[in-house]
Amino acid sequence: MPFTLDRRLFHWFGVIAVTLISLAVQDDVTWLKTYPEALVIPLSEWLNIFMNWTVEVFGWFFRGIAWLLEWPVKGVQWILHTLPWSVTIFLSCVVAYAASGWRLMAFTFAATIYMVVFGYWDESMNSVSLVAISVPMAITVGFAFGVWGFYSDRAERIIMPSLDLLQTVPAFAYLLPILLLFGFGTTVGLIASLLYSFPPMVRNTIVGLRGVSVEVVESGLMSGATPTQLFWQVRVPTASKQILLGVNQATMASLSMVIVASIIGGTADIGWEVLSTMRKAQFGESILAGIVIALIAMILDRVTAGLAVRNDDYDPEARTLIQRHRYWVIAGVGAVVIFLLAQVISILNDWPRGMEINPARGMNDALTYVIVNFREEIETIKKIAFFFIMLPTKIGLQNAVSPYTWGFELTLVHTVGYTMLMIAAAGWATLRWGKEIGIAVLLVAIFAYFGLTNMPWPALVLLCTVGGWKLGGPGLGVGTFLGLMFLVITGVWPQAILSVYVCGIAVVISFLFGTSVGIWAAHNDRVSAFVRPINDTLQTMPLFVILIPFVMIFKIGEFTALLAIIAYAFVPAIRYAEHGLRNLPGDVLEAATAMGCTTRQLLWQVKMPLALPVMMLGLNQTIMYGIAMLVIAALVGTNGLGQRVYIGLGDGDFGIGIIAGLGMAIIAMIADRMTQAWSKKRQEALGISA
Amino acid sequence: MGAEGKKNGLTDDIKLSCRNVWKVYGDNPDQFFTNRQGDIGDQASHARSIRETDHIVAAADVSFDVHVGEIFVIMGLSGSGKSTIVRCLSRLVEPTAGEIILDGEDLLKASDTELIDIRRHKMGMVFQSFGLLPHLNVIDNIAFPLKLQGIGEAERRERAERVIDLVGLQGRESSFPRQLSGGQQQRVGIARSLAVGPELWFLDEPFSALDPLIRRQMQDEFLRIQQMLHKSIVFITHDFLEALRIADRMAIMRDGAVVQIGRPVDLIMNPADDYVRDFTQDVPWERILTAADIAEPTTGSIEGMGRISGDTSVEALLPYMASHEAGVVVESGDGSVLGVATAHGVVSALASGVIEQATVQE
Repeated sequence: MPFTLDRRLFHWFGVIAVTLISLAVQDDVTWLKTYPEALVIPLSEWLNIFMNWTVEVFGWFFRGIAWLLEWPVKGVQWILHTLPWSVTIFLSCVVAYAASGWRLMAFTFAATIYMVVFGYWDESMNSVSLVAISVPMAITVGFAFGVWGFYSDRAERIIMPSLDLLQTVPAFAYLLPILLLFGFGTTVGLIASLLYSFPPMVRNTIVGLRGVSVEVVESGLMSGATPTQLFWQVRVPTASKQILLGVNQATMASLSMVIVASIIGGTADIGWEVLSTMRKAQFGESILAGIVIALIAMILDRVTAGLAVRNDDYDPEARTLIQRHRYWVIAGVGAVVIFLLAQVISILNDWPRGMEINPARGMNDALTYVIVNFREEIETIKKIAFFFIMLPTKIGLQNAVSPYTWGFELTLVHTVGYTMLMIAAAGWATLRWGKEIGIAVLLVAIFAYFGLTNMPWPALVLLCTVGGWKLGGPGLGVGTFLGLMFLVITGVWPQAILSVYVCGIAVVISFLFGTSVGIWAAHNDRVSAFVRPINDTLQTMPLFVILIPFVMIFKIGEFTALLAIIAYAFVPAIRYAEHGLRNLPGDVLEAATAMGCTTRQLLWQVKMPLALPVMMLGLNQTIMYGIAMLVIAALVGTNGLGQRVYIGLGDGDFGIGIIAGLGMAIIAMIADRMTQAWSKKRQEALGISA
Repeated sequence: MGAEGKKNGLTDDIKLSCRNVWKVYGDNPDQFFTNRQGDIGDQASHARSIRETDHIVAAADVSFDVHVGEIFVIMGLSGSGKSTIVRCLSRLVEPTAGEIILDGEDLLKASDTELIDIRRHKMGMVFQSFGLLPHLNVIDNIAFPLKLQGIGEAERRERAERVIDLVGLQGRESSFPRQLSGGQQQRVGIARSLAVGPELWFLDEPFSALDPLIRRQMQDEFLRIQQMLHKSIVFITHDFLEALRIADRMAIMRDGAVVQIGRPVDLIMNPADDYVRDFTQDVPWERILTAADIAEPTTGSIEGMGRISGDTSVEALLPYMASHEAGVVVESGDGSVLGVATAHGVVSALASGVIEQATVQE
């Protein structure tokens, strides 16, 4: 390949030159290293002033709403606590059966019995009652916005980006403003959960209504439908599967937020149970309570998903009222019978304390045993990860390599050798895969040597801006620049870099690991069948349940946070890799096989390039998951933006919390748009759609 | 084929009339017309000037009449504007200019409520991809238009059962669309469009999504149903042979404009231009043409010659003519003589469709 210096490359060399120059002079020109304090805009103070003013002037209004909302929650709580547990379990089982059949019913039965027998019934019902109120509200609000967005393009242009923001700003960040506005109490969890769970409903409503084919609408019109009839009898039922998917997603989001909101405390719900025991390092108790959350999540997920895919087959034989409404009849009659029984047999009403099973102590002992006996191994794993992966990424090889960590002093010889090696690697990569890859190798080499936190901010801003511009055009370039400059001038740049550092390592590892597993699963049905339920479980698991095992074994720290993020973020990488490889155009594969491809050639030269756009969407999702988990992981010790969000929450400092939250949203959105743009570009180049 | 009115008791009463209808898409389509007046002298040059301004002309000055009890086929390739026109006829698409006269009244002047009422009682439509409601079973899909009118369940069922019998879907009443084959789904579509007993029946490429064999079968059934019901029909297709099979009269469209209107045989015998002639290339002439079509005026004595009815197909006549050079006398239904059909007549009829002539050295 003749090496010509075309324009595209010229830009990248410019970026590298600026990076190297600013690295070289940053010790003398200090504003390159750290953005001058004097130029930081005190946005957080302004926001606090604004917030105080709002609370003072409109506080009565928000408190009024809170007061109103408290009633339905209390009502549902009263019902769930008054009803004997046996009746509630029976009704849950009927719903599960109606939604999906015997298997889900059996699972629901076992799961709810677990809550009773292990003594988490009351706490669970407190959480469920919040979900029970917030989900219908989220559905109503989400549906209304969805319909509005569907009919009005202008509304959609406002709604969609707002949803992006609501979903990418970490949930913790808006707990505080809600707390300040609505006051302390159950309503905080309710409103936070409402805000967090209505966006997926809006999206699915819009997508569903859009997806109704023109001919179906026309056939409705030609049948003489009035506008109202057309909407309720043609559009909505035809879109119902997608809309019910929205209900499913809204329910899951609502539950996860209800759990997260319990960090504020004051609600004796199951999230608080997990959190408080985790803080007291009571491993057994927190895992037992964590399992309850996971179980509730799984039941809600399977039931709502089951309702979405259920084919409500019409049975022409079932002519009588009782036959048609048999589930209602069974539920009603059964509930009354069990209720009456419970009045006689007290165990059906109140599970006696004495009969609760509590294996927590045994679990704690087991854990202690493991930690004591495997301390060496645990420490070694931690050290290796820290010295060879985390530290070099954070402060660079130039600082991380020392006799204590790597066993030798970094000398000029090493540096020169490293430089030559990397230049050679870049050259080889250029010849093998093209110039862009070569440039990427060079950039990675520079980053690895100097460390992410030592990179001058102008160089990073420039790099990302050029990257955004190359991938998604001028719009994305400008957007990236403005977003990053927001981080710089509000003074949260150093924290942002720390967040990117933890999240970046986690994403790379998750993506590599997940994609490998995905490739394996795509070629092996047994692996696929094994991995799927694990993925499903991890995805429905509320985020901070995932933290528990890692905290218990590795204690608090960045490494634990890293593992927790990986445990959550590798799931989409597996899914998308498998999906991408399994859904390739069959004729292309046949053609390649007919040409005499070996299995290996088929994978690397045919399947992978074709599946790459889908895998990139997997990377996109991996990043999104990573960022979502990052905030939760801040609970166990990271120093980035996530930590700032907590500080804001803990100190009641609205400005700090919300700016850090916005900062995370900005990083998430930039990463999202870039990976999406890249995937789209590849798809167009291949002429396929993911 | 003699006078119009051969099939199905066709009359000359006009059911629906499409007059100078235009449909222009773009930022400001109304600027090209004054008072929605579609009668513009030179259709072609007006369409051209509209297209120069980044507007899309989907229908350009389209005019035709649909008689009571007639199957009127609109045939054209994709993008020719045929689907736009049928949607203009039912006002699913609002024409930019022109008039649509239904039973003597301008449909474009109907208010929204009147329009709903007309669709509920006078019109039925069948769609290419069926347009069935996925959440309703067969009988509820068919009864859907009745339900919208607020008719009670018992009557709905009874009326739906009647059309179910008509399209031969007995026993599938409680199936859902996804459980049916394409052919069966379209039967549901047909039944639904007939459920309200419309006078006017629109079919937009009803059989295009079906396999060739099923398509043929559905065409036969469609003709059978029409024999019984005598609807006034506008039938859209891109398949020339399908058009020939079922049309009483047909229009060929191209770039939004009507190229030619006439009986199938008129189009074959006298194609308006090369575009129409192109379609006639694949036509099995001998099956379409009848003895009446190729009969020439008698010049000499017809004593002692064989006699044949005018609607006999040329194909069936070929063996006879091969052995009788003088030809055969063609009679109309009432016994009067239409002319003489000869082998020469067959050859000249066939020759009218030839585009590429061989150069013969003379």
